[in-house]
Amino acid sequence: MSKILDKKLLSRDVVQMKLLAPEIALERRAGQFIIIQVDSDFSERIPLTIADADAEKGSITIIFQIVGKSTLKLAQKNVGDHVENLLGPLGKPTHIEKVGTVVCVGGGIGVAPLHPIAQAMKKAGNRVITIIGARNKELLILEDEMRAIADELIVCTDDGSYGRKCLVTEPLREICEKGGVDLAVAIGPAIMMKFCAETTRPFGVKTYASLNTIMVDGTGMCGGCRVTVGGETKFVCVDGPEFDAHLVDFDNMMLRLRSYKPQEQDANHACRLQAAIDELRR
Amino acid sequence: MSYIPADTLKKEAENLVKEIDFSSLKPKDRLKIPMQEMPAQEPKARAKNIQEVAIGYYEEQVKLEAERCLQCKNAPCVKGCPVAIDIPGFIKAAAEGDYQKSVNIIKKSSMLPAICGRVCPQETQCMAECTVGKSLKDMDKSVAIGRIERFVADWERAKGKMSIPEIAPATGKKVGIVGSGPAGLTAAADVRKSGHEVVLFEAFHKLGGVMIYGIPEFRLPKEILDKEIENLLSMGVRIKKNFLVGRTRKVKDLIEKDGFDALFIGTGAGLPNFMNIEGENLVGVSSANEFLTRANLMKAYNPDKADTPIFTGKRTAVIGGGNVAMDAARMALRVGAEEVYVIYRRTEKEMPARREEIVHAREEGIIFSFLSSPVRILGDETGKVKGIECLKYELGEPDDSGRRKPVAVKGSEFILEMDSVIMALGNSSNPLISQTAPEIGVNKWGNITVDEDGKTSMDRVYAGGDIVLGAATVILAMGEGRRAAAAINKLLAEE
Repeated sequence: MSKILDKKLLSRDVVQMKLLAPEIALERRAGQFIIIQVDSDFSERIPLTIADADAEKGSITIIFQIVGKSTLKLAQKNVGDHVENLLGPLGKPTHIEKVGTVVCVGGGIGVAPLHPIAQAMKKAGNRVITIIGARNKELLILEDEMRAIADELIVCTDDGSYGRKCLVTEPLREICEKGGVDLAVAIGPAIMMKFCAETTRPFGVKTYASLNTIMVDGTGMCGGCRVTVGGETKFVCVDGPEFDAHLVDFDNMMLRLRSYKPQEQDANHACRLQAAIDELRR
Repeated sequence: MSYIPADTLKKEAENLVKEIDFSSLKPKDRLKIPMQEMPAQEPKARAKNIQEVAIGYYEEQVKLEAERCLQCKNAPCVKGCPVAIDIPGFIKAAAEGDYQKSVNIIKKSSMLPAICGRVCPQETQCMAECTVGKSLKDMDKSVAIGRIERFVADWERAKGKMSIPEIAPATGKKVGIVGSGPAGLTAAADVRKSGHEVVLFEAFHKLGGVMIYGIPEFRLPKEILDKEIENLLSMGVRIKKNFLVGRTRKVKDLIEKDGFDALFIGTGAGLPNFMNIEGENLVGVSSANEFLTRANLMKAYNPDKADTPIFTGKRTAVIGGGNVAMDAARMALRVGAEEVYVIYRRTEKEMPARREEIVHAREEGIIFSFLSSPVRILGDETGKVKGIECLKYELGEPDDSGRRKPVAVKGSEFILEMDSVIMALGNSSNPLISQTAPEIGVNKWGNITVDEDGKTSMDRVYAGGDIVLGAATVILAMGEGRRAAAAINKLLAEE
């Protein structure tokens, strides 16, 4: 049982929640995630990144987008309520060291997992340039938090409603062209991570991506999260979640992410989801 | 074995019990009593429901089956049992109708009789050694030890009050058990009996390990599993669910900071094997672990209530020949597949699955494709499985396992149309403990190496079950848990 300490809507369908989880708060490192399950009997186990933690207060912060039945069920929980199951921290922590200049690229909800990594990279003595992007201004999250960490922050929106009107790959390419980049970290939709990898590849800039595949247990047991990395099958939950983005087969990953689309659509018509989100916002 | 309706079995047993004079049976007469088949649900009906397939013996059948036992002085069956249950003893009590005494005898060695009576591979263990089977020159006609075990365990549970073993006075010592599968549960019970405080760590939200996520409801109902575990834990074992040792807390910290005097690691073999063939990452290909976890632990067989989806193709291929392959194939039928193939590269004779499960699967309509193995999985333009290409095999010389080695027949490729493929090829060891506890030595396959007591290379840390053996069975894991628990009890007694 884990108590919900705080909850707020960060954007139209993105929720930030603070949960009481002292053991996880104490052990977690940047790059790690949890598996959450609202109730034991019929709920799904869903992996979510740990966006922040407070070891003293024993709390962790998660940020998630309402995309289907399970994230909606979680979003409908309120402060003081409990989620029955919380497992973590899972996955290998990000390898943090002082390399020089690190470009952190976050797209949409991907800014949440990027936050602790940027934080740790900065703390390790790196110069951190952050690019964050979203479809529009309303969907942008954690701008202030990222600004507080980064030496330089670039905001992009697809529709130009805020910051630069461009995809995150455009400033990424410009920065690479200027030179002096030692490492890039890209987290966001699979398609974004794929194009970030393609952007840095010609410059030979080492790039990490944190993969968000389908998972059931999160401990290596089910193999549902497998991805092809450098021609080998890897399990995101125990071998990752971070991999060398230049070696990841993103096309196959995107395909596998859509595995349960027909069932999900059946379980939750877009209109029903929309109505529920509107209800939450009231 | 072929399907006989339960009513028929009941009537036959009732008549026989009336006919036989049990007071003066000679061994010769005992050998003449027919082996009692397990009553089961009608195949067509059960293939569409999730309820237990085997119904369990009627009382008359237990009497007959137990009277078949010759009560051999040297009890060869006991040597075939990894936890050395006093088999003639519990069978004799069952024959006398003293079921409580019978189940108490079992519980001296195994705290999980209703589970073992259902899922143990009896035919390769106790039954393989049975004198009755040897005399009749048919192992299938050995005394059905597991079915009697199941009956007395079910009898006690139905009665509502299950006995628990005595617990020694508190020692003030604390032992952590990592993993709540058969190895961990057995170790927990044995350590607790000695009066030590026991904390059981489980990564999942439910206890039971492979017995809850892997073995389907129709073979081991969750209610029975839960009751049996609950009874075991009523001995006063503390439980920490949603706790992944290695990640939530490191092994080293449990010993050095949290005051555990010893740890037992029984985390199982949790990393599914794949074939590394083309198309294995297409949509519609899953491991048996994933498929069965969705179905069993997450109850995806109940789509009205469960939030976890499951891939329900019309034509499903299951690759492999073990019990897990049988479970996956039969579950696929129950979640909506219309045709299910089991593809195995040897013949039925070499299949590692229990004979009873193979028979049940066939009765339910599972199609077997022996001597064949996939070479690649074919996908459609959207990346979904549309078929598998297989090669035909022949059996060659025996290999290391003693089984004849399958040899591919050149040019024998054939294609089966499929929309889902389930890989049931066994598991490798989970790297989590070795990744996070470098003090614990592993072999080249990643299995934890232990000495004859089950002790690892790390002080105070023991291991057992599939993480040591590689994928094995429930009862072998229990035997491992038992051995390590004895060593832990000895270590703590000496301090």
